[in-house]
Amino acid sequence: MKALCWHGKNDIRYDTVPDPSIEDARDAIVKVSSCAICGSDLHLYDHFIPGMEHGDVMGHEFMGEVVEVGADTKRLKVGDRVVVPFTIVCGECEQCRRGNFSVCERSNRNKALGDKAFGHATAGLFGYTHLTGGYAGGQAEYVRVPFADTTHVKVPDSLSDEQVLFLGDIFPTGWQAVVQCDIQPTDTVAIWGAGPVGQFCVRSAVLLGARQVVCIDRVPERLSMAAAGGAITIDFDEESVLERLEELTHGKGPEKCIDAVGLEAHATRSLDSMYDRAKQAVMLETDRPHVLREMIYVCRPAGVLSVPGVYGGLVDKLPFGALMNKGLTLRTGQTHVRRWTDDLLRRIEEGQIDPSFVITHTVGLEQGPDMYRVFRDKLDNCIKVVLKP
Amino acid sequence: MNHPHTSATSSLATADRVARGLGYFSLGLGLLELASPRLVTRSLGMEGAEALVRAAGARELLTGLGALGVNPTPALWGRVAGDALDLATLASGLSPDNPKRDNVKAAMAVVLGTALVDAMAARALSERHVRPRHGYIADYSQCSGFPRPAAAMRGEASDFETPADMRADIGSGPRPAPVPIRLSDTDQ
Repeated sequence: MKALCWHGKNDIRYDTVPDPSIEDARDAIVKVSSCAICGSDLHLYDHFIPGMEHGDVMGHEFMGEVVEVGADTKRLKVGDRVVVPFTIVCGECEQCRRGNFSVCERSNRNKALGDKAFGHATAGLFGYTHLTGGYAGGQAEYVRVPFADTTHVKVPDSLSDEQVLFLGDIFPTGWQAVVQCDIQPTDTVAIWGAGPVGQFCVRSAVLLGARQVVCIDRVPERLSMAAAGGAITIDFDEESVLERLEELTHGKGPEKCIDAVGLEAHATRSLDSMYDRAKQAVMLETDRPHVLREMIYVCRPAGVLSVPGVYGGLVDKLPFGALMNKGLTLRTGQTHVRRWTDDLLRRIEEGQIDPSFVITHTVGLEQGPDMYRVFRDKLDNCIKVVLKP
Repeated sequence: MNHPHTSATSSLATADRVARGLGYFSLGLGLLELASPRLVTRSLGMEGAEALVRAAGARELLTGLGALGVNPTPALWGRVAGDALDLATLASGLSPDNPKRDNVKAAMAVVLGTALVDAMAARALSERHVRPRHGYIADYSQCSGFPRPAAAMRGEASDFETPADMRADIGSGPRPAPVPIRLSDTDQ
């Protein structure tokens, strides 16, 4: 079959690889109808996340049709149309039973590696680092889905691929980022990053009733999409983020702050960002935490910081004194996708939101390697790429 | 995973690969210039210019690291500027009293050739990776994802209850009444 494979920094190739097969009785094989490039795929593309190997199949946002099931797979049958969450979940371990699906204790087959890197391993993820199991991803014609009975969302034929595809990652990721802020009707929510996850944070914050939603970026077309979703926008190249947020909150600061940027912040005009880039170049720091620093500084005391943006390793010069003294709550984590999808699917079916608004490019899988470049470099007004195998 | 595979297309273009090669070349040259500046100046008959060679070495290390980074374009343009500086420095060694001026001429030819490759790669990378400064900006102001204006969607998911383990709002006293405020820039 054809697939997009990782071959080193900035080197994604459209390869021919062996078809997947059932390896465990709880597996299913899904024929991919649509998949997407996620912002966190770019961290692999830029090689900021360790634990990748040559030939790894990329992609963790995908959906399709079940074409084969293992003997112990009971809730799926051949022909079912499914979206596959990016977090692989057993559904039986203590964490899964508590709804903490992204830290499933059984699905990471490289648990020892994950334990060494993070103290305790997290769930297995599709198309990501070997620290999270090294499972083949969904930017391919076919995918093997482990723990298939619990790692799927059945979707009705009445909805298009484009309407449901993002249930696998970015919609629940934006939703969870806002939910864990515990939005109150009096809240100002400041969201750093108007990429796809930031866009879903904006819409989730509006739906969940935030008084005021502010989105911070510098890419004009992304800011225009954020404004369309109900956000007041701040272009950090044009104005001071701190001053504008103070003005919008009458000098009190936003109660809730969301980092939808992660480890590759691009605040080129700030001194701390230049410092991060220099340290990163000589391998003294892995992540660029400009957004975390800004959020901690600007957030209203007793406020909440939510971090859906991906971090991979070590950060430097984090103002932890401010975080502690201001009594801020910091909530992080990969998304417990399956925890939110039934509710979000209902909201899509009811017409509350149509997630396809974020798609700017739809191309064949063979154009995937070049679309990584286009997406990463923000060329051609690209915000979200959907690939069709 | 390490599948046997055949590749049809790659996200790396020739210019990206050339930039990577120039990055490693830059690192090697920079280390040589920093570690053995006298070796360089002696072979060029330019003794006394060791400090300049060390400075060039430090510059080569910086541009080399940049060329191996995620966005090599600025570093490649930096190399082009560095090549011009190197040519100017080498030109001062062409005086008739320099017995090694043939070496200087050879070095200038190498730098000139490298400058050409640097300039071509930098230009190709700029076209390939750099967002045009005055390019077309798409208008996504209609891409709301909502069936009604965003302002009318505020609180539409109020039937959702924050799970107990995700309640994070601190303080148990009454919340202050909200100050009337715009939901977006377009609201009156």
